[in-house]
Amino acid sequence: MAGAALLGRLTWRAAEVVEVRPETPRVKTLVFDVVDWPGHRPGQHVDIRLTAEDGYQAERSYSIGSASDGNRIELTVERLDDGEVSPYLTGELRPGDTIELRGPIGGYFVWEPPQGGPLLLVAGGSGVVPLMAMVRARAAVGSDVETRLLFSSRGWDDVIYRDELERLGGNGLSVVQTLTRSQPPGWRGYARRVDAAMLAEVGPSAPERPRVYVCGPTPFVEAVAEALVGLGHEPTAIRTERFGPTGG
Amino acid sequence: MSFVSRGFQGRRRQDADPSRVPPGQYVTDDFPVLSAGPTPHTALDEWTFSIVGEVNEPRRWTWDEFRALPSEEVTVDIHCVTKWSKLDSSWEGVSVDTLLDGVETSAEYIVELADGGYTTNLPLEDVTGGKAWVVFAFDGEPLEAEHGGPARMLVPHLYFWKSAKWVRALELRTSDEPGFWEINGYHNYGDPWQEQRYWGD
Repeated sequence: MAGAALLGRLTWRAAEVVEVRPETPRVKTLVFDVVDWPGHRPGQHVDIRLTAEDGYQAERSYSIGSASDGNRIELTVERLDDGEVSPYLTGELRPGDTIELRGPIGGYFVWEPPQGGPLLLVAGGSGVVPLMAMVRARAAVGSDVETRLLFSSRGWDDVIYRDELERLGGNGLSVVQTLTRSQPPGWRGYARRVDAAMLAEVGPSAPERPRVYVCGPTPFVEAVAEALVGLGHEPTAIRTERFGPTGG
Repeated sequence: MSFVSRGFQGRRRQDADPSRVPPGQYVTDDFPVLSAGPTPHTALDEWTFSIVGEVNEPRRWTWDEFRALPSEEVTVDIHCVTKWSKLDSSWEGVSVDTLLDGVETSAEYIVELADGGYTTNLPLEDVTGGKAWVVFAFDGEPLEAEHGGPARMLVPHLYFWKSAKWVRALELRTSDEPGFWEINGYHNYGDPWQEQRYWGD
């Protein structure tokens, strides 16, 4: 097909770790320098490949958390204790190490500032990663597209990108946190799972026809998408990405 | 350009026959869900299944008519482009051969049409000859909506996005027409043994 000729093969590229940044006790951001990285759109992901000494290989997909920025990309990875790859990425990898990576991949769960808004982003846990790429891309070009980010985490210490999200708020972006399991003293925000009432309060409402992106664990995405349809949002305006119970 | 990842051991599954796991895949016992949008819920009394397009006469079944067709139990390995494979998954459904029995067509391709607007394309010969089913049960239970219920396609020899959830029709075509994921960067054919994940693979 025409696209194949235009894009060519997604080749494996060497990606050198230049920084490892803890986000929460279970989550780290890995900053890579990727030779000849072609750039990416917010929401896209990459495949990574690890090779053991005996030649055994493991591949996984991870969303890109950063806006396009030369040869630099950031992946934010949650450690799954029974996973095969995420404990290595979050526990072993350090600056100077090199892994293999290819991408960018995916053309549907993508938003770029020229597409406009309003925008509703709903994240569960590490599902915030591809949505953060959208928020960062928006900030990078000085866009004031009306954007609501409703972000569900277990507790305050589990909020990924917490400080940066606080900084980025304003200029049309409002960030609403809900903490489902534990809340710090004096917490006045939401303290329950995302439901229809919360989505209605956060808005934008269905008549405003927001573009909606939902990312998180499967039960989270199922519940949020169903509630949004119930609130009158067009199913085709709701784009979802799900993390299964495996994948680590 | 493969090289060793310092300190990576990996965790091979000892109980999975490596000859059944395509390159880049890992075996899981779970059944992860991937969908591009909300899960549709079509009531069974509104559900129909159709054969349309390049055919002498379109066909359509209601749910009851569809369920009265001869069905088969199949146990197959499935492979998702997001890297998981599930071995010995058991399904019950109607063979596409049964649905196309007696249809006269010059088509060489099909598009699977599903609730929610999802489409996926493949050669007709990849869904005939005992290679594809419209399934309504998984592990002996009615297929759950999030896994594509009431009925989904099952084309186990290709990556699993070629097995559309919530399938409602097969459109027979004389020309190939890229579907939803095929437009969005994924391979037009999707053979897991050739690792045809993305454009250009």
